[in-house]
Amino acid sequence: MTGERPIGEDDLQAFVDGRLPSARFEAIKVYLADQPSLAEQVDREIELRDALRARLAFKAQEPVPSRLRVANILASRRRTPMIRPAVAAAIAWLAIGGVLGSFGGVWWASRSRGQDEMANAAGTAIAAHRIYVSERLHPVEVAADQEAHLVQWLSRRVGKPLVAPNLNPQGYRLIGGRLLPAGHEAAALFMYENAGGGRLTLYTRLGGSEQQTAFRFETQDGVSAFSWIDNGLSYVVSAKVDRAELLPIAETIYKQFEATNDAAKGRS
Amino acid sequence: MDEIASLLEPQIPALRRYAWALLRDDEGADDLVQDTLERAIGRWGQRRDGDLRAWLFAIQRNLFLNGLRQRRSRGAHVGDEALNDLPAPGTSPESHAGLRDILAGLDTLPEEQRSILLLVGVEDLSYEQAAKVLDVPIGTVMSRLSRARARLRDFMDNGRSAVLRRVK
Repeated sequence: MTGERPIGEDDLQAFVDGRLPSARFEAIKVYLADQPSLAEQVDREIELRDALRARLAFKAQEPVPSRLRVANILASRRRTPMIRPAVAAAIAWLAIGGVLGSFGGVWWASRSRGQDEMANAAGTAIAAHRIYVSERLHPVEVAADQEAHLVQWLSRRVGKPLVAPNLNPQGYRLIGGRLLPAGHEAAALFMYENAGGGRLTLYTRLGGSEQQTAFRFETQDGVSAFSWIDNGLSYVVSAKVDRAELLPIAETIYKQFEATNDAAKGRS
Repeated sequence: MDEIASLLEPQIPALRRYAWALLRDDEGADDLVQDTLERAIGRWGQRRDGDLRAWLFAIQRNLFLNGLRQRRSRGAHVGDEALNDLPAPGTSPESHAGLRDILAGLDTLPEEQRSILLLVGVEDLSYEQAAKVLDVPIGTVMSRLSRARARLRDFMDNGRSAVLRRVK
């Protein structure tokens, strides 16, 4: 036995798993023969290993649900980029359709100014996104556990009623928000996070002279952003995801603000 | 596209089993597997020419841990260390008197020990693969495996009181 490597816990574990080369396996057997209480423990661990495998075996034998078929997952990914922009355009046009009837001329005339405001807001929002999503200690000023206070505070500072959209169905949970400067005025930044730790921000501020515009998409170094103006507010939603993933979120936010505005109009 | 499917699909039964063992919930487990597959497909291009199996299990475990952290962060704020002593959801030690289900024993272990037992003992990952999934050196894999098995054995044979004794 001179020069042989002493038996270690790693050998015993590999013995339990049946993963030792045969010479080493035999050496462990000899060693255990002299150590009855240790041998008993090792036998018991082999039993438990087998019991756990047997207990869980049924799950791997179940038929795989069709939603987990790779072909189906690939198909839903392929479909999204082709259909989504069309849906977005349709929604945006539907949304402004009613307004076009009465303000159509005005909307077209001021279109370029709206584009400027959106480009400007998007640039600022993406910059804010970059700075704050990577912040580990203080990503937000006011956390989501004070959501009512957060929304009230930011609404007052921005100057229009805001909501923190509910993005739970999209997998994003509100973590809080902060106030940002926007020229001489104030902007609000809401931050969300998904199960994978991916963060998303919604930036909003007064939208200049515009009432309503269509969605505008841009991407800067991997950060995607949709911006639009609705009811006098500029919105920019940004995240490090692709366009197809971000669009349904932008639509959801748009619809939730729209519902809030309708409710406000209904009251007045 | 077909290449992705032919590589991923053989792994799905094992991913479902690991997910179910962690979550003990059919729907939740398949949600976790679906998230894992979507992420794997989305990052297919970034996959280094390494071990597909270890890569998939690592994605799935990280998604599981992120979900766990998130659920906990809604309550009191806790550090990552707290996760290590977190038993699986829905366990109450008192209910395990009498006949002991091996899963009840598994539930008494911290997540990192549960994962090592599942990855090595059930999913047949090599020790090198397990080290990649858990992102620890191989020596840690071996000592953690040793501790996990001793602790499980202690619980199955001696019950709850023995488990409370710290196994070093």
